[in-house]
Amino acid sequence: MPYWNEAIECIDMEELRQIQLEGLQATINRVYKNVRHYAKIFREIDFVPEDLRSLDDLRGLPFLTRNDLSRNYPYDLFAVPLREVVRLHTTSFNFDEPIVIGFTRNDMANWTELIARNLFALGVDRNDVIQVSLNFGSMSGPFGFNAGAEHIGASVIPMSAGRFMEQVKVMRDFKTTVLISNPTFALQVARSMDEMDIDPHSLVMKLGVFGAEPWGEGMRSEIESRLHIQAFDTWGLTEVFGPGMAWECPEKKGLHLAEDHFIAEVIDPKTGEVLPPGSEGELVITTISKEAFPLIRFRTGDITRIDESSCPCGRTHSRIARIFSRCDDVVILRGVSVTPGRIGRILERISGNTPVFQMVVDRKDDVDQLMIRIEISDRFFFDEMKKQRRFVEEVHKAVSESLGWEVDVRLVEAGTFDRYKQVLDMRRFD
Amino acid sequence: MLRLVNVNSCYGLVHVLKNVSLHVGKGEIVTIIGANGAGKTTTLRAISGLQPVSDGQILFEGQVITNMPAQKHVAMGIAHVPEGRQIFAPMSVLDNLELAGLSAYRRFGRKQVKTDIGIIFERFPVLKDRQGQYAGTLSGGEQQMLAIAMALMSRPRLLLLDEPSMGLAPLIVKDIFQIIENLRAENGLTVLLIEQNANAALKIADRGYVLETGRIVMEGDAEKLLSNPEVKRAYLGRDQKEIWE
Repeated sequence: MPYWNEAIECIDMEELRQIQLEGLQATINRVYKNVRHYAKIFREIDFVPEDLRSLDDLRGLPFLTRNDLSRNYPYDLFAVPLREVVRLHTTSFNFDEPIVIGFTRNDMANWTELIARNLFALGVDRNDVIQVSLNFGSMSGPFGFNAGAEHIGASVIPMSAGRFMEQVKVMRDFKTTVLISNPTFALQVARSMDEMDIDPHSLVMKLGVFGAEPWGEGMRSEIESRLHIQAFDTWGLTEVFGPGMAWECPEKKGLHLAEDHFIAEVIDPKTGEVLPPGSEGELVITTISKEAFPLIRFRTGDITRIDESSCPCGRTHSRIARIFSRCDDVVILRGVSVTPGRIGRILERISGNTPVFQMVVDRKDDVDQLMIRIEISDRFFFDEMKKQRRFVEEVHKAVSESLGWEVDVRLVEAGTFDRYKQVLDMRRFD
Repeated sequence: MLRLVNVNSCYGLVHVLKNVSLHVGKGEIVTIIGANGAGKTTTLRAISGLQPVSDGQILFEGQVITNMPAQKHVAMGIAHVPEGRQIFAPMSVLDNLELAGLSAYRRFGRKQVKTDIGIIFERFPVLKDRQGQYAGTLSGGEQQMLAIAMALMSRPRLLLLDEPSMGLAPLIVKDIFQIIENLRAENGLTVLLIEQNANAALKIADRGYVLETGRIVMEGDAEKLLSNPEVKRAYLGRDQKEIWE
């Protein structure tokens, strides 16, 4: 069983907790001194770093939300001077809720190490050819896989997503052994292979690491049988590093956390109370090794359970259950997170007021689709056809531009949908 | 091997160590770096029982040794080489070594001490050459070697070194650090090293901690700390008014 870093991956739990306490105390000392936001919220609760004497004391600290991150845009949450930041990434970039994440050289090195652990655990070594089919852009994801795979010594092909026929040709000609992409991409590639009459058995691809969107066991079986590979889940947050923060080992019994780089808690999303291991709740992450952009009790919005028992693979860090749902209003479309708030702001900009709308999300041919239904009301020029049509066109253009792909926009009568359910997700992740 | 959990210490009303947590694994060389007055020496003295700990725990090989009388530490396997060498100048080199062998004499007998002195002379030939000389007549580097040798006489498992490079010429510093590395490589000695010379320390250490006004502000692998500009800032003790320019 290959471990990239056996000493850490199979570390004694008591030693791990000491490492976590040291990292947490150092982080709290640094942010208290260097980051205005934390200094302020700590003062508000009369907390000084000396008050943190155990990992349990973390519960006394306030949470950090994505709102906090965008309110501190661009650099107010950075704990180091900008000259020490060598990389700037964003989450799904949009000017309404912008979030910038900085990485120092050591942050990048740490992330590379995590990805190396992820890939090496699955048997990836320098003989492998890795096709990274995640979009290279301002989001961090593919860069981590690039760096981590190169670190192992594998041959990396940075492909981005899309252009399925090209992707298949590369797989065949470049002799790709490992695919890294969204799970829906994998299914679209399988479809292209059928269309191109290429038998997946004729390829040397042996495994795929998939993430960035929820995907169930049904999808996994489909990917595995249609592409003739083993498919593994990986998870992460761009706000911390990106993918590789938690990943499935060959046992496929949950995703191993990297507890020497962050502390994971599960909370009741309504009360904020910390739940014991085994209970389902919202995952909260506190970084203990991040230099440029440390996060204390960041609410991820992902729903999962923590399993502290040892995995048969021998790794001792806790595992989290695969993530299929969220407790916030974020919906992942084509691998990118979108909120009703973002759509609402676009509508507001165009119409001047806030119409009642619903996002209907579905998946057709393994591609996420979005239809926005907007209620026609008295305030909404319901008898002026030309204005309506222009409005629909403007919304369609603005939202499609913002997301980067075509959406469907419809005006409907009042009462057609439940106005309190802003997102109707018709997709099934199994 | 050594674990500090939330160690706090005060000089009167001045709170000099604030929740210092660190650990040193068996066979590791770990360094604590920081500016003057950060609390590095205080930390070492707290481990050795020379400085009272007001709160927190120090564990050595699983046993709690917080505030244990200093003399008991030597018998437990912890040796402390203090800042400024502090050898006995009016005594000969040999006498210094024999005196340092007192704890080993009690625990292992006279013959063992004699053998150990022989081993020390093999490792530090210059001390053998000067064994009859007054220790005060040795050069700075030779005195540092003697101080380390004296610590080794107690047959420690953990060596605490306080600023071994202080006042020494760069070439001599190189020699001393080479000796420390050899001690780990050949004898499996675990070392906790306090240094202002962050560069030299981080070059031989496996891991490091940065202490700033009594608080640990950074920890990690030595090479990560070496490539970190903030480390230089903590080491030089410059104050930051604005985080970015």
